[in-house]
Amino acid sequence: MISKRIIPCLDIRDGQVVKGQNFLDVKAVADPVELARFYNEQGADELVFYDITASVEGRGLFVDILRRVAAEIFIPLTVGGGIRTLADFDRVLKAGADKVSVNSGAIDDPSIIAKAAARYGSQCVVLSLDVKRVGGSYHVFARGGREDTGLDALDWAAAGVANGAGELVINSIDTDGVKQGFDLPLLDAVAARVSVPIIASGGAGNMAHFAELFQHPGVDAGLAASIFHHRQVLIPELKRYLRARGIEMRI
Amino acid sequence: MTVAIIDYGVGNLFSLRSSLDYLGIDNVLTGETAALRRADKLILPGVGAFGDAAAKLHERGLAAAICREAAAEKPLLGICLGMQLLFELSHEFGEHKGLALIPGTVEPLAPDLPSPALKVPHIGWNRLDIVRDDPLFKYFTPGSYVYYVHSFYAKGCAESTLATSEYGIPVTGAVRRGSVWGTQFHPEKSGAAGLALLRAFAEL
Repeated sequence: MISKRIIPCLDIRDGQVVKGQNFLDVKAVADPVELARFYNEQGADELVFYDITASVEGRGLFVDILRRVAAEIFIPLTVGGGIRTLADFDRVLKAGADKVSVNSGAIDDPSIIAKAAARYGSQCVVLSLDVKRVGGSYHVFARGGREDTGLDALDWAAAGVANGAGELVINSIDTDGVKQGFDLPLLDAVAARVSVPIIASGGAGNMAHFAELFQHPGVDAGLAASIFHHRQVLIPELKRYLRARGIEMRI
Repeated sequence: MTVAIIDYGVGNLFSLRSSLDYLGIDNVLTGETAALRRADKLILPGVGAFGDAAAKLHERGLAAAICREAAAEKPLLGICLGMQLLFELSHEFGEHKGLALIPGTVEPLAPDLPSPALKVPHIGWNRLDIVRDDPLFKYFTPGSYVYYVHSFYAKGCAESTLATSEYGIPVTGAVRRGSVWGTQFHPEKSGAAGLALLRAFAEL
């Protein structure tokens, strides 16, 4: 059977991994290529790179990093951050990305999903949502979680899939950074609406949170950043722990 | 020894080239039939729709060239859609003829899966179970996982099946007939396990 996926996420600004400051070896881990190498050796199933740079110069550094990672790491690479047009897709795909994740870009122009799926195939298009509870429902937030779009997250996810998104990253603003576990009610609600793979993000604090996550059959992958960067959880140990609990893992 | 990666305008070939470069395997990306003749081995990659890809191979004279090289027993490896194109026929949105280098057809995965909980496309890492040993697996660690992304799969090809992956049903993972090999998964995205297969192919 297909294994559940463990995905470290690297936020990159001006050529450096953000949140990497607390590493034991500061110099080595600030370098995204070095960190990607480390995660690949550790058995990460996929890597996600978010470009959180605003400047043109930073964007150039990002593409350069991507190219260097793709030249030596042969697992799926997903790239997001600042993706708004087909030209943006093209730029990162040519540098070695396998999948491209759109978030605010799809909110501003929903047609980007269908256009990208038609050109590159659905397997290449990942819709990423930042979701927060507002009143009794789930809302999609834009601009890195700062702006309530008023869109219903479940409808937005379903529409994205109908338009050709091949995978969803569901990031819960409510659980993000709290380290008390993934947002299981939200993930279940999304899984009930779509049939594409779901990548859960936000809330992982320990290994048990991943075990809990994968009890939910609609969830395919768990994504985290700081707990991996800070080596609070080591991927080989996590995978052995999950496999011992009957969860299929690629080891 | 040069491997020609057949370029017919389908898909992103960055990873495939990079993985061969990484392994130190001399390679060339080409859509020229003369270059296919000069190369020692061929790789037919591909993502996207079968009908469109088959049409492009025919338009560019590549279908005939590939069949000629295969008839001369030049090792050929089809990857993903490239593997599917090796078969006789595909029922992906209509009926399309393939290169017919391996007996069998390409069919939609969804109707054959026993449970609706099994998502289509079949995306992710699945264990590759070897059915028949082959020089392609020379460096491959049995039980390793490989990376799949597909919605259609090869059927009626038991005689040429080298390996399968379990997804409610045994999904055709790797095939061989004579000097023609194919993998449904992406060796260039399957980490060390995939590199091991590419290395073995280069040494055939």
